[in-house]
Amino acid sequence: MVDMRGISVEFPGVKALSEVDFRLFPGEVHALMGENGAGKSTLIKALTGVYRTSAGTIRLNGRPVAFTGPGQAQQAGVSTVYQEVNLCSNLTVAENILLGREPRRFGAIDGRATRAAAAKLLDRIGLDIDPASQLGSHPIAVQQLVAIARALAVQARVLVLDEPTSSLDSDEVAELFRILRVLREEGVAILFVSHFIDQVYEIADRMTVLRNGRLVGEHLTRELDRLDLVSAMLGRELSTLEEVQRRTSHHAPGTEPVLQARGLGRAGAIAPFDLDIHAGEVVGLAGLLGSGRTELARLLFGADRPDTGTLTIGGKPARARGPRSMISHGVAFCSEDRKGEGVIADLSVRDNLVLAMQAARGWARPVPRRLAEDLVAEYIEKLDIRPADPGAVIGNLSGGNQQKVLLARWLVTRPRLLILDEPTRGIDVGAKAQIQKVVADLAAEGMAVVFISAELEEVVRVSDRVVVLRDRRKVAELAGHDVSVSDVMSAIAAQSGPVAAVAS
Amino acid sequence: MKRAQILWPLAALAGLLVLNIIVTPSFLSLRIQDGHLFGSTIDILRNGAPTMLIAVGMTLVIATRGIDLSVGAVAAIAGAIACTWIADGGNAVTAMIMALGVCVLLGLWNGFLVSVLGIQPIIATLVLMTAGRGVAMLLTEGQIITINDSLYSKIGAGFVVLPVAILISLAVLGGVALLTRRTALGMLIESVGVNPEASRLAGVRSRTIIWTVYVFAALCAGVAGLMISSNVNAADANSAGLWIEMDAILAVVIGGTSLAGGRYSLAGTLVGALVIQTLTTTVYTIGVPTNVTLVFKAVVVIAVCLLQSPRTAGFVRERRRRKQPSVSVPRPQKVGVR
Amino acid sequence: MTVLAPSRPSGRLLPGRLPQRFLPVIATFAVFVITFGVGSFRYEGFFSGQVVANLFVDNAFLIVLAVGMTFVILTGGIDLSVGAVAALSTMIAAATLEAGWPPWLAVLTVLASGSTLGLLMGLVIHYFGVQPFIVTLAGMFLARGLCFLISVESVSIQDPVFRDLATSTISLPGDIVVTWSVVIALLTVAVAVYVLHLTRFGRTVYAVGGSESSARLMGLATSRAKVGVYMVSGFCSALGGLLFSLYMLSGYGLHAVGMELDVIAAVVIGGTVLAGGFGYVAGSVAGVLVLGTVQTLISFEGTLSSWWTKIVIGVLLLAFIMLQRLIVRQPSAAR
Repeated sequence: MVDMRGISVEFPGVKALSEVDFRLFPGEVHALMGENGAGKSTLIKALTGVYRTSAGTIRLNGRPVAFTGPGQAQQAGVSTVYQEVNLCSNLTVAENILLGREPRRFGAIDGRATRAAAAKLLDRIGLDIDPASQLGSHPIAVQQLVAIARALAVQARVLVLDEPTSSLDSDEVAELFRILRVLREEGVAILFVSHFIDQVYEIADRMTVLRNGRLVGEHLTRELDRLDLVSAMLGRELSTLEEVQRRTSHHAPGTEPVLQARGLGRAGAIAPFDLDIHAGEVVGLAGLLGSGRTELARLLFGADRPDTGTLTIGGKPARARGPRSMISHGVAFCSEDRKGEGVIADLSVRDNLVLAMQAARGWARPVPRRLAEDLVAEYIEKLDIRPADPGAVIGNLSGGNQQKVLLARWLVTRPRLLILDEPTRGIDVGAKAQIQKVVADLAAEGMAVVFISAELEEVVRVSDRVVVLRDRRKVAELAGHDVSVSDVMSAIAAQSGPVAAVAS
Repeated sequence: MKRAQILWPLAALAGLLVLNIIVTPSFLSLRIQDGHLFGSTIDILRNGAPTMLIAVGMTLVIATRGIDLSVGAVAAIAGAIACTWIADGGNAVTAMIMALGVCVLLGLWNGFLVSVLGIQPIIATLVLMTAGRGVAMLLTEGQIITINDSLYSKIGAGFVVLPVAILISLAVLGGVALLTRRTALGMLIESVGVNPEASRLAGVRSRTIIWTVYVFAALCAGVAGLMISSNVNAADANSAGLWIEMDAILAVVIGGTSLAGGRYSLAGTLVGALVIQTLTTTVYTIGVPTNVTLVFKAVVVIAVCLLQSPRTAGFVRERRRRKQPSVSVPRPQKVGVR
Repeated sequence: MTVLAPSRPSGRLLPGRLPQRFLPVIATFAVFVITFGVGSFRYEGFFSGQVVANLFVDNAFLIVLAVGMTFVILTGGIDLSVGAVAALSTMIAAATLEAGWPPWLAVLTVLASGSTLGLLMGLVIHYFGVQPFIVTLAGMFLARGLCFLISVESVSIQDPVFRDLATSTISLPGDIVVTWSVVIALLTVAVAVYVLHLTRFGRTVYAVGGSESSARLMGLATSRAKVGVYMVSGFCSALGGLLFSLYMLSGYGLHAVGMELDVIAAVVIGGTVLAGGFGYVAGSVAGVLVLGTVQTLISFEGTLSSWWTKIVIGVLLLAFIMLQRLIVRQPSAAR
């Protein structure tokens, strides 16, 4: 159905894609695989007309096409759902689904028919929300499903899904896959991009692997095992990928905790909880989307103010008066929202890296140029940040490398407690393993780390102790060698009696 | 890249100067009289001093992704306070201190609205832009207050070889450049401008920085207001500093600082302010009615902005590429109706 | 990812969310009623249909300008040129009529030149990525400069058709008299409401204000909307300028100085969010009425001087921004 041949895309100074071939047949789910920066998104955007190709041909049903924008692609039956919800939160659900193709009567948009049509589509994917409600009033996961409903609203023959599952929980993923299977039966060609290898093996029939903007190969899913896939994506042996050894608790018993929270809580964010974190220990936070993981971390860092409770750091009471005061206590926090709360996109890697250190010193005492250069060089090497150019504008780096710079930003301040919120989300396998390794090394050096991830396997593997959250409440703390994913899962799923009444 | 950005405004400035030399050959000539320098270029510097001063404050505000529309009104208030005080028999120094003190308060108010309440800068300062001029008129009761104070008139009209006004403006510009580039202030201002929330989480005192730049901008506006009123020995609440905020913003933008915040260039602002003032003077010397200056201003602004726009560069590149027979991209067929 | 997710409500019906969107507009109307009530209480003869009608008569041009500005602000842009384009329109009308052009041709010329100027600004903003603030500021300088290029003096309008239109009135029941300007202004409002809410162009305007990149990825005609709003604003400025020339019966380069600020203030007081995406034309009309009432009140007061108008507008602006902060914050908190 789609046949792309010899596709090249160039940006000023960069060749993002070179001579890539890609085929997509009706009635199949085709996964596009590759590390960050491999060119997956670029290929999708070349197909949908967001980017112009500098070479190559695209055929749709045998006819050459070159869309100049997503609108044209949609009219030709190529519909796309992006990783970040690309809808307008100020409009209603129904308007978002049918924007640009609203039913009209006498030339005017027919509001009632719009809502009815939207309700029908929502019904088809089993989403029970009011089409007339404002989109912004719904959680991100629901917005993502609305985006899929929108993609279905055109009689799409090609459906492109770019990381659609990164903000969905497992129920919603299952629901999405059910819908995809139905569409596949109907003969729709589905292009699926995901970092979750399990999901790819669950749903995809075929896969195309890209690396550094080049085609590595096209395989039937059943003929390629996972290890081969990963090494094809990375293009190297899995030396860096070796499992981070399961770490055991080795903080000396009786050591005073680095951080001690007692009854810390914030209405609407997280119910009051107690938590001790010791030096040299990795504490994992596990729970479903919206269970209060990020909220807990933000309270510890003072990014939000607690309503109740006390916080003791290094034995001294700390009043959480905001990030600055917590930083001065030796606490560091990497936000899950890299773009919005992490990088300073227009500034260089160097400036981004020394930002926290500089902020702590105050404006009047600049970090000496020499020191800054040394630190930057040190961490570029240590964390394998690419490109290894301190003057590069950070906005041009890939997600994984941005994450490493953010990590370095905190490491240069030598914190006692490092809070990492989803440090590995949306980044490729190689960078993920590197970051996990860095976490393990830091803990071995005596730093206390709080590690948040949506992937339970990862949390269990990295952490000494796992704190389980459910419905914005701390429900369990699992420690010891034998904590397994299923232990954590049953803690998450356990029915709770008296704690049911949570202020939400 | 930064070098290239300042190139176009410099070219514009050079072009204007050449035009002036052609029209009035004596344009560049300077003469010394009573130990003061006189000449057309000196006039440009003197008349442009208030705009330049305000533009310096505006540059920092814009770098934090803000904008301050109230500077003209603040300048009017400063002039009104100083002149009413002097007219009532007050001392010139006290008058200036009082005026600047009030400006600091007004800056605190703007900064409070923007940094604490989180109101969009353009609208937060629109409040003071509208109300401020009313307050200035309230102070002068709608009259033009003329004064006669030799010390006061020094600021706007005095000379120490060069006009005092331009010396003040250049000193402030140099001071700010040193302060922000030799310390980390510049980088912190830029980081707040690019991403305020990320900066806050990195421990930057975003709020304090934003607050400070508004106070500084108001202070610059206050000094500029004193210059303006001292130059004519009068406070005219209605027209003092009218549209100066727009000129200052233009100077900043012509100088290559983006209204979207982030990287800023004080040197660019200096050139931008000179371009605007030279343009005004040029049009005047050529003998076009003063009001028509606006047309030329519009043309220069648009020209410089278009030349600086990265998209323009993109268009030009694409043109060149299209001229070479490259890979032909088949035109899309229109599918379906809209 | 995890298995065994306890099914949580994936979407909730939030009753009361919808009316909240209208709250700023309702608040503006409430302020209008209150200021008007204060006037009626203090001054005899204030509470009459004719005073209300006069609000429309005296501010018809402002209403038209505010309609255009609402389009622009809904996309997250701003148009500083409206006052200057209105002045240019009075000038072109006066000059062409003086040169003996038939009135219809003069009107067409004015509307065409206003729209063209708006279109040009829109093109520069969209295709060259220069900020709207700067482009429309340049547009403002250009339009004002062109006024003085036509004539530095005020040009009076002697054309009988214009004079008739300006002076003839329509009697409404209850001895209320309005001018044709009011009819034109209200027609403009009606057309604007239709376009914004019942056409794809209008919905695209809201979508661009909500998220331009999303709207583009959704395949909407964002370029057309972004350029179009400036053309609409240019057209409205020209039309507003024509109404103003009827009101003043002259063309002058110093007409409507600073009016862009009044218009922006009216739109903001009317509940439109400057960042784009939220707001209604009806709100902007209410905003104009509030400003008009304040002016009427101050003129009734007599002893109060004109500068109080500015101060009161500033205070009102502040009050409504605060209100907007309270309301707009909530939906974003739900994310």
